[in-house]
Amino acid sequence: MTAQAGTRAADAVVLGAGMAGLTAAVRLAEAGLRVVTVAKGLGSLRLAPATIDILGYGPGRVDSPAEALPAFVAAHPHHPYAAVTPGALADSLRWLAGHVDAYAYVGDASANMLLPTAIGVPRPSAVVPETMAGGDIRSLRCVAIAGLRALKDFHPALAAENLRAAAAAGGLALDARPVLLSPPTDGEADVGTLSFARRFEDPGFRGAVAAELRAALRDEEAVGFPAVLGFDQVRSVWTELQEAIGRPVFEIPTMPPSVPGMRLARALQERLRRAGGRFVLGAQAVGPEIRDGRLAGVRIRAGTRETVRLARWIVLATGGLASGGIEVELGGAARESALGLPVFGPDPGEPAFLPGYLDEHPMGTIGLRVDARLRPVGRDGEPVRQNVLAAGAVIGGARPWREKSGDGISLSTGYLAAGTILEDAG
Amino acid sequence: MTDEPAFDFIRDSLDHCVKCTICETACPVANATPLFPGPKYVGPQAERFRTPGSSDDGSLDYCSGCGICSQACPQGVHVAEINSRARATMKQQRRMPLRDHLLSRPSVEGRLATPVAPLANFVLSNRIFRVLAERTLGIHRSAPLPTFAGRTFQRWARRHRPAAAEREVVYFHGCSANYFQPELAEMTVAVLEHNGFRVLVPPQDCCGLPLQSNGIFDTARSYVRRLVGNLAPYARAGNQIVATSTSCGLMLKREAREILGIEDDDLRVVSEQTYDICEFLADLDAAGQLRTDFRAVPMTVTYHAPCQQQGHGIGKPALDLLALIPELKVIELDRACCGIAGTYGIKREKYDIAMKVGQGLFDDITSSAADLSVCDSETCRWQITHATGRPSVHPVEVLHRAYGL
Repeated sequence: MTAQAGTRAADAVVLGAGMAGLTAAVRLAEAGLRVVTVAKGLGSLRLAPATIDILGYGPGRVDSPAEALPAFVAAHPHHPYAAVTPGALADSLRWLAGHVDAYAYVGDASANMLLPTAIGVPRPSAVVPETMAGGDIRSLRCVAIAGLRALKDFHPALAAENLRAAAAAGGLALDARPVLLSPPTDGEADVGTLSFARRFEDPGFRGAVAAELRAALRDEEAVGFPAVLGFDQVRSVWTELQEAIGRPVFEIPTMPPSVPGMRLARALQERLRRAGGRFVLGAQAVGPEIRDGRLAGVRIRAGTRETVRLARWIVLATGGLASGGIEVELGGAARESALGLPVFGPDPGEPAFLPGYLDEHPMGTIGLRVDARLRPVGRDGEPVRQNVLAAGAVIGGARPWREKSGDGISLSTGYLAAGTILEDAG
Repeated sequence: MTDEPAFDFIRDSLDHCVKCTICETACPVANATPLFPGPKYVGPQAERFRTPGSSDDGSLDYCSGCGICSQACPQGVHVAEINSRARATMKQQRRMPLRDHLLSRPSVEGRLATPVAPLANFVLSNRIFRVLAERTLGIHRSAPLPTFAGRTFQRWARRHRPAAAEREVVYFHGCSANYFQPELAEMTVAVLEHNGFRVLVPPQDCCGLPLQSNGIFDTARSYVRRLVGNLAPYARAGNQIVATSTSCGLMLKREAREILGIEDDDLRVVSEQTYDICEFLADLDAAGQLRTDFRAVPMTVTYHAPCQQQGHGIGKPALDLLALIPELKVIELDRACCGIAGTYGIKREKYDIAMKVGQGLFDDITSSAADLSVCDSETCRWQITHATGRPSVHPVEVLHRAYGL
């Protein structure tokens, strides 16, 4: 027996709780719509550096995403950015900055910064937490990369060496050196990023870090820290640390779990809750509910039972191949896992994978195609359903890991999907 | 492969683990104590190295079994279930403390203590006895323990004469409502009868959940098999089964299969027909069949969805129900766990961890302007009241009041 869940049909069911799903859900809930978010698990936002990378390579390194995008989209007509106008992109960036209370997001689509990764490789990024912006290697001269002895996934010597090499290759006069700190960890030899972030919220702990750092620093040195400077209190931790050592401090994203990713995920989930959005975690969308030939909702499985969630709109933000939003069988047959929408992958006869590990594998861009309103389309280019919209990595045509475009795509399409629904709601 | 085919689909899910660490970001215990290295580490990661019948890492004992890792996993890995199995194996390899046997049999204690409830309650709340119990048994002296009602719901139900009704529903009340809070069970019957149901209360004993969470699987299996044997004829006849104990309902829905590895037709049919009471009432409302003749309840309440309610994968239907009550203001709290996790927080070596896990929740409740805190699980309500000094009630109690029954 299939029961219907929830008290009434929702205005929108959002499938997925990553960057795209949360953005769409928050925007809809704040506009007063009845929104239910259904997620198989917590989204990958908690693994992300929480920088909004719009376009870093296209394929050459991009200095201004805003300037590069028109030509990039013209060259890639099925790219998700084809549905995103420059104005909508800018709106989505402003919207995000206005929805994170813990600290400011700085930058815009007009210019990329070049921020170091945890292994010291410069990465182009457009809109970033204020705590990271100081890491732009083009304006740094002298930097100490601070490691924490018990944090096993962050190696300051490696980061500093790579940073020096990258700067030299780019003709920049940047000197970088490692500083390894051993703040008190109650005898623990292996302390993770989350645990350090909690410790930094303790004034005593950050005082000890500042004291050790002061003794180790040279004049005029900025300090790059692994991004573990607290959760809700990040702004005061960061400000206090800079004042205590009298030098600029910037955060460097770490290996997962990502503290900045958690700050962002928590901020959006908190907004969703405050706006009265409902959140169903640990349940999976397994198929469309068609009534009178129309998509009336989605079938949800939790445990042994299937239920139906009725909705006027469905926002599909289940992620791509890596997240299970797109499933590919061993023989190469692909399906969109929640609603069974048409998937566009390698052409018949075309190999799915190329021999080289880092080649541009045709399978890499597999996903849905959408029209200008983000409605998934069929082979004929026409929308399959009027009331389902796709957002984020479930849309194919992009190579986010190469382009450095993932969060920009997810944010802008999540924002736009909500926009399509709000326009319709009038 | 394991020796139980029913568990293979659970264990095989570990191959989907991509080591993303999202479970670690969500684990309330790992975030409260370094003694627990986290669900990924002791779960999918360590499980690859375990041979059948062997589980040697003692840190696993600090897993509270709250299940949040499985809910959080975006790849569908049954992290908590794998850990529960490995923890049981580990505890079987070692000497099972007498305490864990005692805490695992609420229906035995209920039967023994109900006739002498005043004495039992005196002993359980007596400081000297509690200090002794801590030293000899390892039950923390401050841990919240329930009080026996001195009567049972089963007895009330046998004498209860309902009015004629067109529809029937089966009520699985669990040990807590039977021995500790029969008034909750009686309110549940009243709410269901108000909505036109005849409430059937088949004979029932413990579902085996506390045994399972303490790693005593064989006895847990015999308890749950007996229970589903009693309920299965009703389920086969098409009756829905509602549960007010959200964790015991989850045992029937999922854990008996996914943790205890039971694969039989009685369990299958019962699990498909079992509903958490709020899920059931919200579904009724969706079908336009819930009476909404609620009186105004001009109060502010907090609502905490316990970890095991979240294990149902149904969201928070209590919020939708409470929203139907005029003038009731509900503050949704966004904390994963109160710490108690069944019997975990009662144990001497885990009490402080459990209190730390729940600290954020307790702070939210005490700093709110709420008159009452609402929560679906009995052990969580005991923990919340213990830690905040404020009363905590089941959502059905609020509905009962709003119906004016």
